[in-house]
Amino acid sequence: MKTLLARSTLAAAALVASLAAGGALAQDAAALQVRSWAATCANCHGTEGRSSSTDAGLAKLAGLDKAYLVEQLTAFREGKRPATIMHQLTKGYTPAQLDAIAGYFASQK
Amino acid sequence: MQRRALIQGAGATGLLALLGGCATSRVPESAKVVVVGGGYGGATAAKYVRLLSDHKIDVVLIEPNDSFISCPLSNLVLEGARDLSSLATSYDGLRRQHGITVVKDYVSAVDPAKKTVTLARGGSIRYDKLVLSPGVELQLDTVPGLSEAHAEGRVLQAWKAGPETVALRKQLEALPDGGVYALTVPEAPYRCPPGPYERVALVASYFKKAKPKSKVVLFDANPDVTSKGALFKKAWSELYPGLIEYRPQHKVVGIEGNTLKFEVQENFKADVLNVLPQQRAGQIAVQTGLANSNKRWVGVDYLTFQSTAAKDIHVIGDAIQLAAGMPKSGHMANSHAKVAAAAIVSELSGLAPNPKPLLTNTCYSFVAPDLVVHVASVHEYVEAEKTFKTVAGSGGLSSERNALEAQYALGWAKNIWADALG
Ligand SMILES: Cc1cc2nc3c(=O)[nH]c(=O)nc-3n(C[C@H](O)[C@H](O)[C@H](O)COP(=O)(O)OP(=O)(O)OC[C@H]3O[C@@H](n4cnc5c(N)ncnc54)[C@H](O)[C@@H]3O)c2cc1C
Repeated sequence: MKTLLARSTLAAAALVASLAAGGALAQDAAALQVRSWAATCANCHGTEGRSSSTDAGLAKLAGLDKAYLVEQLTAFREGKRPATIMHQLTKGYTPAQLDAIAGYFASQK
Repeated sequence: MQRRALIQGAGATGLLALLGGCATSRVPESAKVVVVGGGYGGATAAKYVRLLSDHKIDVVLIEPNDSFISCPLSNLVLEGARDLSSLATSYDGLRRQHGITVVKDYVSAVDPAKKTVTLARGGSIRYDKLVLSPGVELQLDTVPGLSEAHAEGRVLQAWKAGPETVALRKQLEALPDGGVYALTVPEAPYRCPPGPYERVALVASYFKKAKPKSKVVLFDANPDVTSKGALFKKAWSELYPGLIEYRPQHKVVGIEGNTLKFEVQENFKADVLNVLPQQRAGQIAVQTGLANSNKRWVGVDYLTFQSTAAKDIHVIGDAIQLAAGMPKSGHMANSHAKVAAAAIVSELSGLAPNPKPLLTNTCYSFVAPDLVVHVASVHEYVEAEKTFKTVAGSGGLSSERNALEAQYALGWAKNIWADALG
């Protein structure tokens, strides 16, 4: 912020004004953190969980029930649900991270 | 606005030359985040700065090509299983769905002090934050004779998917049955560790069907296959017996006609030479003075992907000095982009960046048009060491090549293209 305020150009002033007005940029750091964790799933499951190719088992995650998502992710992580790749990927996240990610997808339409 | 649409839609060089002097009128004054390069990293970064700021931060993406063309799946074009056009995605989604200004041009210079980028066709754009995702530059001049052979179209690399991929396919088609195709791999790191090993499998797949007396020879500067070694070697010997010869520790030091010269071993003559030279960060990053790691790769602060050499310039994708275990892959470039975009949105919002970013990688390789193997990993930021590390116990390889993973590979491609450009 310091450098932005120090600048005297019109463009910077406009940006600062829009920041002060709040709006979407007023989201808190925690929300942004969960959004960016969930974004690690988007390469295969689509932006914000809206998969455009579900035919190959790359499920659409947006709007699924949170408890169901946590259950499936945990089953992959513990090796109880067979998979080609998801058992390997879910082991890279803590249970708390998986819970937050599941909550994010459940909240998407 | 009308002029911009006209120039972007024109394509014809004559018209562009005519209007060249006014090219800057396409650039909005309000540009705040400028992204250079519309590949796997840049397109994703442009989209996610818009998404994560709920479309509040203005983004300009600068890319010289008309459309994005995927390197992943491009080895299938050499096999004959796919057309190059099936790998292309237009930038219209970024324009229409996300309000990104896509400028068809090449950035010829960056001024980190003035915070501007200069366009090859004239004019400059000011940025608050710059994202560079220029990919790699193939250092043809590191192999004597290669620049000339490449300029004449005799010795190709096809390591940036596009017209060269099609030209290499034509060379393979013209090869008589009984001919020899040779691919050379530089010492790691290079773009896409498993890519060359996938390429020889798919060229062999074509030979097996169309010219079974032909041969593939892979000269690797590395001591062994650098990725998915056991899976590739098993596929080569079981699917293409006698067709592929693998020669490790062969470093190319020159090209004369159709002959490869090596540091230690005997010369080798082949009908089609496909030479992958050493690589470094894309030219614009090098020329801006950002390639501070061995003069080849850009050092970044991994928490935000900001260059360690210049403030407010974030560098992602193949151009960076990688953390341990991090491959130069499209999936990884897309992952970098999201961390960088979130950090940029945070900073422009007056927030601290996410202290615990995560990156994933999944990389599918075709060993035949319908058989695939993968490698996967998850990387977490470790504050104490200021780097990303592979999460212990995460990731791994396919248990065996299989057809289900071929479907996943195609689904992955569709979804990552949509995630970056849709
Ligand atoms: C044969 C092959 C197979 C592969 N298979 C896979 C795979 O299965 N999975 C996977 O994850 N990865 C794969 N990869 C790797 C993947 O292609 C790269 O890692 C990825 O493209 C890197 O993204 P990037 O954004 O760094 O660069 P790129 O995607 O190359 O994008 C760079 C862009 O920047 C533009 N540019 C450069 N300089 C400028 C400038 N000065 N001004 C404006 N624009 C500029 C270029 O035109 C280009 O569009 C493969 C690569 C190859 C060659």
